[in-house]
Amino acid sequence: MSYLFHTEDDRREMLKSIGAESIDEIINAQVPEEVRLKRALDLPPACDELTLTAEMTRLATRNASADSHVCFLGGGAYDHFIPAAVDEIASRGEYYTSYTPYQAEVSQGNLQVMFEYETLVTQLTGLGVSNASLYDGGSAATEAVLMSLAMQKGRKKVITSDLVHPQYRDILVAYLENIDAELVVVPSDENGHSKPIMDAVDDQTACVLIQHPNFVGELESVAEIAAAAKQAGALTIQVFDPVSLGRLKRPGDMGVDIAIAEGQSLGNPLAYGGPYLGIMACREELVRRLPGRIAGQTTDRRGKRCWVLTLQTREQHIRREKATSNICSNQTLLALRATVHLSLMGPKGLQETADHCIAKTAYAKEVLAQSDRFEIVGDGPSLKEFVVRDQAADVAGLLAHARAHGVLAGIDLNPMCPGGSEASQASIALPSRYENCFLVAVTEKRSRAEIDRWGKVLCEAPAMATV
Amino acid sequence: MRNQQATQLLFELSREGRRAHRLGDLDVPAVDASDLFDSSDLAESAPPLPELAEGDVIRHFVGLSTLNMSVDTHFYPLGSCTMKYNPKRNERIASLPGFLNVHPMQDESGLQGLLQLLYELQGMFAEISGLPGVSMQPAAGAHGELTALFVAAAYFREQGSDRNVVLTADSAHGTNPASAQMAGFKTKTVKSNSDGLVDLEDLKAKLDDKTAVFMLTNPNTLGLFDRQIAEINRLVHEAGALIYLDGANMNAILGITRPGDFGADLMHYNPHKTFSGPHGGGGPGAGPICVRDFLTKYLPGPIVTRTENDSASGDEDRYTYHLTRPSEDSIGRVRSFFGNVGVLVRAYIYLRTYGGDGLRHVSEDAVLGANYLLSKVKHFLDVPHGDRCMHEFVASATRLKKEKKLSAMDIAKRILDYGFHAPTVYFPLVVDEAVMVEPTETESKQTLDAFVEALFRITEEGEELIHEAPHSTRISRPDDVTAARRPILKWSDAAGESAS
Repeated sequence: MSYLFHTEDDRREMLKSIGAESIDEIINAQVPEEVRLKRALDLPPACDELTLTAEMTRLATRNASADSHVCFLGGGAYDHFIPAAVDEIASRGEYYTSYTPYQAEVSQGNLQVMFEYETLVTQLTGLGVSNASLYDGGSAATEAVLMSLAMQKGRKKVITSDLVHPQYRDILVAYLENIDAELVVVPSDENGHSKPIMDAVDDQTACVLIQHPNFVGELESVAEIAAAAKQAGALTIQVFDPVSLGRLKRPGDMGVDIAIAEGQSLGNPLAYGGPYLGIMACREELVRRLPGRIAGQTTDRRGKRCWVLTLQTREQHIRREKATSNICSNQTLLALRATVHLSLMGPKGLQETADHCIAKTAYAKEVLAQSDRFEIVGDGPSLKEFVVRDQAADVAGLLAHARAHGVLAGIDLNPMCPGGSEASQASIALPSRYENCFLVAVTEKRSRAEIDRWGKVLCEAPAMATV
Repeated sequence: MRNQQATQLLFELSREGRRAHRLGDLDVPAVDASDLFDSSDLAESAPPLPELAEGDVIRHFVGLSTLNMSVDTHFYPLGSCTMKYNPKRNERIASLPGFLNVHPMQDESGLQGLLQLLYELQGMFAEISGLPGVSMQPAAGAHGELTALFVAAAYFREQGSDRNVVLTADSAHGTNPASAQMAGFKTKTVKSNSDGLVDLEDLKAKLDDKTAVFMLTNPNTLGLFDRQIAEINRLVHEAGALIYLDGANMNAILGITRPGDFGADLMHYNPHKTFSGPHGGGGPGAGPICVRDFLTKYLPGPIVTRTENDSASGDEDRYTYHLTRPSEDSIGRVRSFFGNVGVLVRAYIYLRTYGGDGLRHVSEDAVLGANYLLSKVKHFLDVPHGDRCMHEFVASATRLKKEKKLSAMDIAKRILDYGFHAPTVYFPLVVDEAVMVEPTETESKQTLDAFVEALFRITEEGEELIHEAPHSTRISRPDDVTAARRPILKWSDAAGESAS
């Protein structure tokens, strides 16, 4: 067997030490006969490394990837550049095969990385404290809402917008279904989204959850919303895009109380949606409600500066049913990747990345504006993502045509619009004005030639229907 | 000599003007952000991140890595955490571009290879558990627990039932009661009996028409398979409640018994324990769940399905794989996109490497290793719950504490000096001064012997030496109390600067 150690001699000697005739004897003495499986598991037969590697390589090449295709897909997962040094560090066994740093003496590497990650997140967000990561952006958004409800006892209302990522809202629906809270999804209008939200906030509101830039790539009036929420005694949670902070104001500087993000864009591969990195930062006063692990600084018995997991009395292994959340593991390896990535980027690198995204996105908009078939939806500026309406109302056909030409040209928004296959409830649908539209993301990785090719493929696609 | 650059912080290494990463010249017309965006949206300057050269970064993080113990470098006899060897082929294959650089919102037509893998993995998870419904969305074991409890809640809601209590064993992982509370349930604790198994009288007393779910760990956290399982199964189901199996200890029973066969209605896997996904310093893991047929419709999605192609010319195109949205009764979703696919790919490779017979060998050797250690350790440490165990066992340092003032924590700290990671201590809560040992199947007899030898020597060593342990690590016995009382959670606090 592949990863087993014992020779038959070893097994015999070990059984002798135990005082048993066979391993079966040990197992059968404990597992009652009536529940024992009397046959072999029905799984594919054991496979050697050579054969399996060949088979898996064939499976892998059957997938269209951001290597085999030119990728303009976003929607919460982005094809940003990852410097080689990130992979090099993260592939060290001392990081990826280590355990949760409960034994601080032999985990100073991981603990210091967590402390540095937390510091970088506070620098990025302008907020006082950060945890050491959560599962992903969507679950971080939900944890932030749960944290707000716990902070604001008696307030049951959670207000959000229909331009927050539909999947994040879907998660929120699943979690809130089981507890005493009400989700209010405020419809946005085309002329800005802050007013309807501000009108909805009242003294029953625990928190307001917004995304900036939002799911369709537009900016929200964060500072205004945060001020209105504060006036009503509610907390403001912002979903942010880490790369956008190369140019945009930080959540903390706009009066936001809790900032969460999908950290995939900080040095983590697309990986078909996971594992990803849930970033969460908040104002210092909220620290004892912050879910997940936190590393902190202290000294050892010789007075040396060191790091430990701290404030663990909030956690499930100590407080059990009274814990602030049930979260046990986190995404340390991805937080490490983000830490290395941000160290390599520095302020200038992050700014440059944002600038390239802005310029290339503006260029892509211009390329598409040349065709009568397409209309850029919304007239605001875009950081890296925008919506295009297909006047020919054939988004699925259009995107399939592009795929056949090696371009992943955008995300079809029809399934997320009311009545679409992914919009099972009104609370997770996009506004109906996004029917016949697709979402485009242009990162710093897209070259002018690739954008031109994307534009050409889209503009030359045959239209099935005309409106 | 330790690399000083490692133990300084990134922020202390920073020098204004240093850069590691630069993009090339823009190949499209430049846009001035301040022309495009409203000034109220724009930051006055970039975030105050450290400024470093690539060499700073590499030396720093390589240096820090040497301060970690890891499975690649050390033996981790860490009970309940199953720290087994992480095969290198899993890492290599999961990093193929066709798995690694695939976007989660791309069309299923370009995902046939990955979807085939995920479809087959769903089938393997169902077969190993004996439960047919599978959702791979949960991102961690505790997330799987929570998701399964959402499923149970949806089931009872549809039944029009007001069952709102979850029973958890007193030896259960802390995540069980925490998950139950987050899913809106009240929790009650069921005691263990003197054999370390579920106290059936206490279970009977607590089961009533309000009980929704009994959360069971079997084998339990004492490393014991609950031989009363048939009776537990009967009692819980006759009371109209469901049995949830915490799958943390699946490494003990692969191919030996199946949760679905011994009564579980829902369970989660920890692929990062059982199927050798690396723990990554505390994550990522994954938490796929399996459920009985009548609960399948409540599972979160998407789920992978397949259709047969009539005009197939070979194996390659025999099936088309689909991402299927959940039914109307589904709880929706618990995570964005599909789940922790990278971890699942590793689990698939692991399962294909072993096959069905091989998996049973895995559990047999895990049981053998644990019983071997138990047979040696019991000569110098008390093992309160018998002579036999499954893949882990719990010893107690009570006698040492009385005789030599040595605690379980002291043993844990001293064993680090011998080059072993510490066992789990003070868990499960039902054993005083608990020392919980799990060798896994991927350690040799020589390693196990060396570990026993080290443990034995510690019990013979002088108190002072042990109280001051560890001696060989960079730091020793950090002050946790001050860390929690006066938290320093970021560098600017540490440097005495005002928080932003």
